[in-house]
Amino acid sequence: MSDSVWILGASMTRFARHADRDLLDLASEAALGALEDGGVSVQDLDVLACGSLFAANAGVGQQLLGQIGQTGISVYNVANACATGATAVRVGVMAIRSGEASMALAVGAEKMGKMGLLGGSRGPAEPPKVFEPEGRFGSVRSVEGILGTKTMPGVFAQAGMRYAHDHPDVGFEQFAKVAHKNHQHSTLNPLAQYRKEFSLDEIKASPMVAYPNTLLMCCPTGDGAAAAVLVSGERLRTLSADQRRRAVKLSASVLTSDPYVEGGQAQPDVNTLTRNAACAAYEQAGVAPEDLDLVELHDCFASAELLHYDNLGLCAPGGAGDFIDSGAPYRHGALPVNVSGGLISKGHPIGATGVANIYEVAAHLRGEAGERQIPDARVGLAHVIGLGSSCCVHILERSAA
Amino acid sequence: MATEQTLTARVPLVAYLALEPEPHLMAQQCRACGARFFDRRNGCGSCGRPSFEPVPVAGTGHLRAFSIVHRAAPGVAVPFVSAIVETVDGATVRANLLDVPPEPAAIRLGMAVRLVTYPAGTDSEGTECVAFGFAPAEN
Repeated sequence: MSDSVWILGASMTRFARHADRDLLDLASEAALGALEDGGVSVQDLDVLACGSLFAANAGVGQQLLGQIGQTGISVYNVANACATGATAVRVGVMAIRSGEASMALAVGAEKMGKMGLLGGSRGPAEPPKVFEPEGRFGSVRSVEGILGTKTMPGVFAQAGMRYAHDHPDVGFEQFAKVAHKNHQHSTLNPLAQYRKEFSLDEIKASPMVAYPNTLLMCCPTGDGAAAAVLVSGERLRTLSADQRRRAVKLSASVLTSDPYVEGGQAQPDVNTLTRNAACAAYEQAGVAPEDLDLVELHDCFASAELLHYDNLGLCAPGGAGDFIDSGAPYRHGALPVNVSGGLISKGHPIGATGVANIYEVAAHLRGEAGERQIPDARVGLAHVIGLGSSCCVHILERSAA
Repeated sequence: MATEQTLTARVPLVAYLALEPEPHLMAQQCRACGARFFDRRNGCGSCGRPSFEPVPVAGTGHLRAFSIVHRAAPGVAVPFVSAIVETVDGATVRANLLDVPPEPAAIRLGMAVRLVTYPAGTDSEGTECVAFGFAPAEN
């Protein structure tokens, strides 16, 4: 069993609508970039974990090796909703921790284009010819728009409004501020899908998708890939001084699913599994939220980011409204959150997201984040949640060497 | 008076909506731990045991969360208010909030609501689908 797991190299493509590039172009760019960044080659790898949600049955991992080197290693293709990329990282971590591998490549790649609204079924324009109960709920026709919504913007809107129900200082204004911050942050990130700052008024006045989430408070769909090379502590010690200096310690890696809570059938509970993952990760790493210098969390919608301030322990219990109102999560604030621009502005090619946020945190811990560098960052956290549900939390620490 | 025009066959939108004697929701309750579910079950998501009994769910409660949905898939009429309601007996139900304008100022978190039903289409055999939602309740 390995004593520790490190990120040796990391890379990501720009998140964008890459009309002229396919999934393998994107995955190859990220994979080769991470290998080069780590100073190793595909020949050095023991295992590949490859995440791609919408191409989950295509064997993307093997196709990728077909482009960058078919060495015959184990390939794990993974799909885990919006936690797909982070789950690929997690598979690499488990392979190394088990002692079966000493170097792993984790890749997340997605090609979505203008996919539009996710979640929620189509409503039949006409009722079916004959009403017949179907499925586990015995419904005789589509219930979307009759029994509420299952669209992603609506589900996360409701999650945010449930928090607002219990915390009257939270409302439309606080959710809008989250999007204001993330759009402002992405102006410094050359890899972001959008790099345009918007005023709070522009965000609030943009077309309503699912109140309280306006269009500028929702992540876009898009294309992109990210990759990370993971290495065991033992093998890292055999590498060069420069590789050791730039290596980032992965001091916690946790994946949770949603435990039973009352009401989870009507409204997914995105809080409990996030809290469970965060608690386990802090314990595993031996760090506290106060030790964090930056956080990349899953802001699929502005209403979601606010909840996770509380779920990840970044603010006092119940204090998410105060936290955003105080400016703490802005890049010059007490605890910068989503300095990459987050999903809202950097983009959310689903499979790539959970590797890209690890790339982002690692870039800051190495002091290589350019214009958007958080000064002297030593400890960071990366979080994703995929409905269904899966939550993955990684904690990263700068090398002491 | 005794001969009403109720010859139309009616089916509930979902199997957990019971129409008689008065419209109400029915849950499958785990005999071991009491967890309630609205779908067909293989076992209990809370404790894993396999035995259930049908129980009625209260038709009154309060608005726990909502979203006013303006963008939806083709065929879904917008805007509508999607509501998460906590019933007085502690169940959580998702349905549209009815009889309120789809505007934030008209909707108050915590407001009292009650179950209502309405016709939601007729099939080629003349069978009427009965849907449910929640409407503001007095007090």
